[in-house]
Amino acid sequence: MALTLAQKLWDRHLVRRVPAEPDLLYVDLHLVHEVTSPQAFESLRLNGRRVRRPDLTLATMDHNVPTAGGRERADAISQRQMQALEENCAREGIVLYGIGSPRQGIVHVIGPELGLTQPGMLIACGDSHTSTHGAFGALAFGIGTSEVEHVLATQCMRLFRPKDMAVTVDGSLPIGVTAKDLALSVIGRLGVAGGQGYIVEYRGSTVRSLSMEARMTVCNMTIEAGARAGMVAPDEVTASYLGGRPYAPSNWAQARSDWDELVTDPDASFDRELLIDAEELEPYVTWGTNPGQSVPVTSRVPAPRGEADERALAYMALEPGQAIQEIWVDRVFIGSCTNARLDDLRLAASVIRGRRVHPKVRAMVVPGSAAVKRAAEGEGLDVVFRGAGFEWRDAGCSMCLGMNPDILAPGERCASTSNRNFEGRQGSGGRTHLLSPPMAAAAAIAGHLVDVREMAS
Amino acid sequence: MTPFSRVTGVVAPLDRSNVDTDQIIPKQFLKRIERSGFGPYLFYDWRRTKDFVLDRPEYRGAGILVTGANFGCGSSREHATWALLDAGFRVVIAPSFADIFLSNCLRVGLLPVALAEADVRRLIELAGSRPGAQLTVDLGTQSIHAPGIDLSFAIDPFWRDCLLNGWDEITLTLKQEAEIAAFEARRPDWLPALTSPG
Repeated sequence: MALTLAQKLWDRHLVRRVPAEPDLLYVDLHLVHEVTSPQAFESLRLNGRRVRRPDLTLATMDHNVPTAGGRERADAISQRQMQALEENCAREGIVLYGIGSPRQGIVHVIGPELGLTQPGMLIACGDSHTSTHGAFGALAFGIGTSEVEHVLATQCMRLFRPKDMAVTVDGSLPIGVTAKDLALSVIGRLGVAGGQGYIVEYRGSTVRSLSMEARMTVCNMTIEAGARAGMVAPDEVTASYLGGRPYAPSNWAQARSDWDELVTDPDASFDRELLIDAEELEPYVTWGTNPGQSVPVTSRVPAPRGEADERALAYMALEPGQAIQEIWVDRVFIGSCTNARLDDLRLAASVIRGRRVHPKVRAMVVPGSAAVKRAAEGEGLDVVFRGAGFEWRDAGCSMCLGMNPDILAPGERCASTSNRNFEGRQGSGGRTHLLSPPMAAAAAIAGHLVDVREMAS
Repeated sequence: MTPFSRVTGVVAPLDRSNVDTDQIIPKQFLKRIERSGFGPYLFYDWRRTKDFVLDRPEYRGAGILVTGANFGCGSSREHATWALLDAGFRVVIAPSFADIFLSNCLRVGLLPVALAEADVRRLIELAGSRPGAQLTVDLGTQSIHAPGIDLSFAIDPFWRDCLLNGWDEITLTLKQEAEIAAFEARRPDWLPALTSPG
C-alpha cells in the first residue's frame, strides 16, 4: 500500500494498537525545559515513579533565562524554576545544558545542532514549536505537562493518527523572500485553525532547495496554522547538515540507507493538498493579533472583516488603508526558535552591513544557542550588528514570549522575527509585527516597516 | 485525575474565536512550579479591561464556559487548563479546540465539548440573554440540558471512559510494559542516546 511519509514514521513507532483506542507510540527523544516540566517531575516523584529513559531525554534552560548579565539577572521565581530543573535532572540522571553550558540554547535550536534530531525519529517536547524538528523527516509533537510526565514515565505517547496534508511549493523564491515569508503565506492561506487535526508534509522543488535552517523555520511555524506537526522528507541537504555533528549516527552508512526510505510513496494520497507558486510570494508582515493576519509589505492594512479584525486593529492601533511601510516601530527583535540560527543572522547582517539602526529604534539580536553565538562571532557578525547599534545578547527565548527580562513596554511596537503576534505576547500591551530576519533588519535601519528589496537596491 | 460525570452550573459566554493560551494565562504567570493557584490569573489582561464579560457579577462562580472556534490555540502550556479548573470551570463548549489544548483538557479532567456552530450560538445567546442561566452537562449520556435546550455531543469513547472513571493515563500505559520493552529491543542501534552526567 502506498504510504505518506507521516504514515511510515507513525508505523515505525507503533508500540501497541488496539481498536477504538489511541495508538501507543515510542518517543526517541524527549526534550525538556524549565517552564513546562516542574509539575511533571513533581507528580512523577509523588507517585514513586522514575524517568524510564534518561538517556533519551535532554534538558536545557531557554524560556526564562536572561539574555544579558547571566543567571543573577533572573527574578526569584525564574531562578526557582531553573533550580528545580537542575535538581530534577540530577536526581533522574538527565543531561542538562543549563545557563553557562557551551551547549545551552533554545530547545529547538540545540536538538538539531547537536545532531540529536535525526530523520525517522519521534520527538516530543513540552512546547508547541516542537514541530521544528519535522524539518529532518521526523515526527515531532508539542505536548502539555501531563504528557511530559507520561513520556518521562513510559517513553511513550498516546495519540490518534492525524490526517495527512500536503503543502507543495514549486518554483524559486524571489529575491528578498525567505522561508519565513513562505510560512506566513501558508498560515495566511490555511488560517490559524486550518491545519487542525493534520500533519503537514512540505513538498515540491522550492522545499527541496531550502537549507535545513529554512526548513526548520517553515516546520516551526506549522503549529501557527493549527496543525499537529510539520515535516520535510530527508535528502542530501539533511544528511550534509547532520554529518560530523556530536550525536550524528556512528553507523552512518546504515542510517543513510535507512533514511532513503523516508519518502512519501508516489501513489500515496493526502486528505488535503495546498499548492503554492513560490514565484508569487512576497515579503509578508502581520498587521493583526494572530499569525494568519498578514499582508505583503507593499500593501496596506486591510479593511476589517468582522469583529475579530476590528478588535485586532484597535489593539494594534492601526487604521484600515494605512500603508504597511508607514508603520513606525520602537523595537526590533531578531531571535526565537523560528529565526535565530546562523543562516538567519547572516541574512539579517547582510542587510545591516555599513548601515546604522534608526536613532528612535532599540534593536537586539538574540542568537538561538550558545553555539550559534560562537559561530556568528567567529565570522564577525557580532561586529556588524554591534557596529550598527544592535544589542548582541546571550542565547534564549528572549522577547519571543517575554518570560524573562526582555519585554515590550505597553504600547511599544516591535518588528519581530518570532512566531506569535498574540495580544501581550511580547509584553502586556505590546504590539508585534511578524516578519523575516532581513525584513526585521531593514525595519531597524529605516525605523519603520519597509520592503527589504528596496533597501538592497 | 478527578472523575467527571455530570456538572450543573452557570454558563458564561466568551464570544470570541481563536482565543489563544497566552490570553487564557499570560506568560508572566507560568513560573509557578505547582499545578494550583493559577485561577486568579485567568484571562489576566482582559480582566483589566473595562466590562470584560467574565467579570460581571452574574457569571461569578460559572462552571461552564461557552466560546468560539479554535479555543486554546498557540502555546502548549497546560497552565491554561489548570487556570480554567482553578477558577471553577469544569466544561468548555466551543465549535472546535486547538489540538494540544484538547489533549491537555482530556488529561486534567476539564471536559471539552465540541458542538456545531449553530448550537454554540444558541448557548452563547442563552448565557447572554438570561445571565446566570444554568446548564447540565452529562458525560455519561453525552448530553446537555437547560430549559428548552436538549443537545447531544460526540466524544471519543476511550477518552470518555478515562474521564468518567478518572483513570490515570500513566497507570494504563505502564500495564503495557512488555510491549514497550519489546519495542525497545528492536529499535535501530544508530539512534542517538545521551550519556548520563553522573
